[in-house]
Amino acid sequence: MARISLRVNNQSRVVDTDPTTPLLYVLRDDLELHGPRFGCGLGQCGACTVIMDGNAVRSCSIPVSGAQNRSITTLEGLGTVQHPHALQTAFIEEQAAQCGYCMNGMIMVSKVLLDKNPHPTDDQIKQALNGNLCRCGSHVRVIRAVKRAAGVKA
Amino acid sequence: MNAKISRREVLKGTGALVVSFNLFGPVSQVLAQLSAGPDLAGDLKATSLDSWIAIGRDGMVTVFSSKVDLGTGVETALAQIVADELDVQFKQIKMITGDTTKAVDQGITAGSRTIELAGPQLRQAAAAARQELLKLASQRLGAPISKLTVTDGVVSVLGNGHKVSYANLLGGKHFNVQIPATGNGWGLKLAPDVPAKNYMDYKTVGKSVPRVDLPPKFTAQFTYVQDVRVPGMLHGRVVRPPTVAAKPASIDEDSIKNIPGIVKVVHEGSFVGVVAQTEWAAIQAAKALKVTWSTPETKMPANPDAVYDYLKNTKGFAERPGMPPRGNVEQALAQASKTMEATYRWPFQMHGMLAPSCAIADVQGDKVTIWAPSQGIFDTRKRVSDLLGLPESKIQVLYREASGCYGRLGTDDAAEDAVVMSRAVSKPVRVQWMRADEHGWEPKGPAQLLTVRAAMDASGKVTAWDFLDRSFPWTEANGIPLVTSRQVGLKAPGQGFPNGTGGGGDTYTFDNQRIVASAIPWVQPDPTPLRTSPLRAPGDLARMFASECFMDELAAAQGVDGVQFRMRYAASNKRATDALTAVAKLANWQERPAPAPTSSGNIAAGRGVAVSARSNSVVAVVAEVEVDKSSGEVTVKKVAVAHDCGLIINPDGLKNQIEGNVIQGTSRALMEEVLYDSSGIKNLDWSSYPILRYEKIPQIDIRLIDRREMPALGGGEPSIGPVPAAIANAIFDATGARLREAPFTPERVLRAMHAGVTSTQRA
Repeated sequence: MARISLRVNNQSRVVDTDPTTPLLYVLRDDLELHGPRFGCGLGQCGACTVIMDGNAVRSCSIPVSGAQNRSITTLEGLGTVQHPHALQTAFIEEQAAQCGYCMNGMIMVSKVLLDKNPHPTDDQIKQALNGNLCRCGSHVRVIRAVKRAAGVKA
Repeated sequence: MNAKISRREVLKGTGALVVSFNLFGPVSQVLAQLSAGPDLAGDLKATSLDSWIAIGRDGMVTVFSSKVDLGTGVETALAQIVADELDVQFKQIKMITGDTTKAVDQGITAGSRTIELAGPQLRQAAAAARQELLKLASQRLGAPISKLTVTDGVVSVLGNGHKVSYANLLGGKHFNVQIPATGNGWGLKLAPDVPAKNYMDYKTVGKSVPRVDLPPKFTAQFTYVQDVRVPGMLHGRVVRPPTVAAKPASIDEDSIKNIPGIVKVVHEGSFVGVVAQTEWAAIQAAKALKVTWSTPETKMPANPDAVYDYLKNTKGFAERPGMPPRGNVEQALAQASKTMEATYRWPFQMHGMLAPSCAIADVQGDKVTIWAPSQGIFDTRKRVSDLLGLPESKIQVLYREASGCYGRLGTDDAAEDAVVMSRAVSKPVRVQWMRADEHGWEPKGPAQLLTVRAAMDASGKVTAWDFLDRSFPWTEANGIPLVTSRQVGLKAPGQGFPNGTGGGGDTYTFDNQRIVASAIPWVQPDPTPLRTSPLRAPGDLARMFASECFMDELAAAQGVDGVQFRMRYAASNKRATDALTAVAKLANWQERPAPAPTSSGNIAAGRGVAVSARSNSVVAVVAEVEVDKSSGEVTVKKVAVAHDCGLIINPDGLKNQIEGNVIQGTSRALMEEVLYDSSGIKNLDWSSYPILRYEKIPQIDIRLIDRREMPALGGGEPSIGPVPAAIANAIFDATGARLREAPFTPERVLRAMHAGVTSTQRA
């Protein structure tokens, strides 16, 4: 066990855990966050995506020790139902989900995309999201939502 | 929401959400106070209006339903139906769903039947409630019911402006009214004598009301079953055998002694699981635990070819007609001037839930609480009752949503895993399957082998249609037995339920017509990882693949345009011809025979059509594809859908479902096949069982055919059925190659292109 300091959603958090624990389980079980979700534990689906130092990463595949003193943003860090982020507003307006389980990853990856490229083309959006799996088939709505959010930002 | 809300709080209209994990006892007491009869969990009477609807002091209308939202938005749609019938605003409706102690059993949420069957149940309950409220208003206002109108839950007297609200009439009180109820589950009929509204008067139904669950989902404020946390909860993981019957010959607990936080290795029958303090410890332990399994008596089939051979050569245990037979098929085939025959193969496929199975169980002596994503909360309660030998009244199942499941969570295995492990440690246990557990042990959609024969007369008219579907049943025994029940020794009787009958050409009328679905008994007596359960539109994709591709083969053999050819034989089915006409217009379909003229470049383009019906919803699809002639890779560029499911409750919600069906159907058509050999399943992750990604998502155009005068029918799965057939027909149009085995991988497309596959023709 080890004490590990994390910076999550602009708050300092200290957890006492096995340092080999993947970041995902620390975020979910120790910090009780619901944004990052377990889908495969293999870095294949993207449901567990968080933003670490400005990049979208798979929290299931990073040991918590590797996140020490890094800045981590989860879906909770973007906005709330009452005060949603522009991307969250766009996803709501496009009704861009069915079950919504994968949408954490879709939104977090899109956040990084728009931060780096505020006006992406359809192909750039598809390319950015290509590593994120959605089984319900909400893809066309997600693309529309990201475009809508890009418009809001402009 | 994870919060529990009691009926009393509902009636008080305090809006308070009571978060507690110890409500099981008190809930029964609240129920006892609330209605005259039942005080046992899940023993609510359908005949009591209070079982269905409560009016709060704040005017909020709470609706209690055992139906659950599987991520399709059906809860929003059901609320729309109730809002209209009660003359309240949509936002005045609060749905409480999926709690065995608070809802009457309306049957499993499945088969695209919720809007069709539970919709009228709730509508009639609401109509009965409105009638009762009008009676009360009539007394209060001293005016006859015929002079009363209702707007947003306020009753007014025509002419004099006197008003009273539902909240004033009944807020916080019970109806104490009995309503007629016959049948049960899907077949439950409520208050049939109460007139419901005419469709012309619907205000909320027919509108694209935004889904209530999406804002919390996009902001991480939603509680999926994966997010449920119970005080004192431990984490469990399963360790699965090669087949259910294989028993652990030895378990080396020393192999995990260096992992801190292990609570217990649970071993019962052939069930093995690990319980630990933390999730990570449980994951590591389940992986590291050395278990030597006995050699299973039951073997997996050697490969898919062996399965198709078995299906071909084995007599079915049940033969069911897809429609009443017409004429004499054999005679018509014998007298034909030409016959054609073709055989199609459909592989085992996965539901592929994005979230692996998960449930939490708390077994405390003879009281059990389960948080689970079961499609049938009462089914799960029954199974756990059998498993634990406890009466159902001691078990509460609380639905919590998981990821989209497409039929997989009719078989909610994790609930039983959690129960067995919780009982072993007397603490609440959360079980989540790992990805390999889910891919390996989810019950699959079964393989099918389909043969179609047709007879033509001298003019080319099709005089006979003979369709035979050979399929494993969709369960390997009657009911849908779960892995853990079987592992601890519960026997599942019967040979299983057949895999549906629709889509074998029942859209058309031929002079002589026979459609048969034959249920082939299982290869093996005990479940293997190839065990099955209903997979979205069970059996339909394969049957529609065979029937709609064969229609295309017949049309092409005669040099007739595919839409025109179908119109001839669907002429007496107006909804089918309307859908065909609509999709042809939407896709800008130009009439000509297939295949298209050969293109000179490396990319060949084509279009294909398919039409079919499921659960009385009619769908026509046109797919446009590009085929890379050198690699065989197929890209679906565009899919047009004309969709008729009767009265539409929520157009945008329906479009969302159709888009999902098109994408999942494209994925299943192009990419998905469970691979296996006698040692087990070969694709245990997403790289070995790929699904469609953004780069291959087609453009989707939808034309909704709203039949306001019809009942509302299902939209959750009818539109997936014709998609693979339309794609295969488009590949033929592009290349002249006929695909008769799914999925249409580049290898299969190349093979078909080079082999010049043709149907068996006899002139």
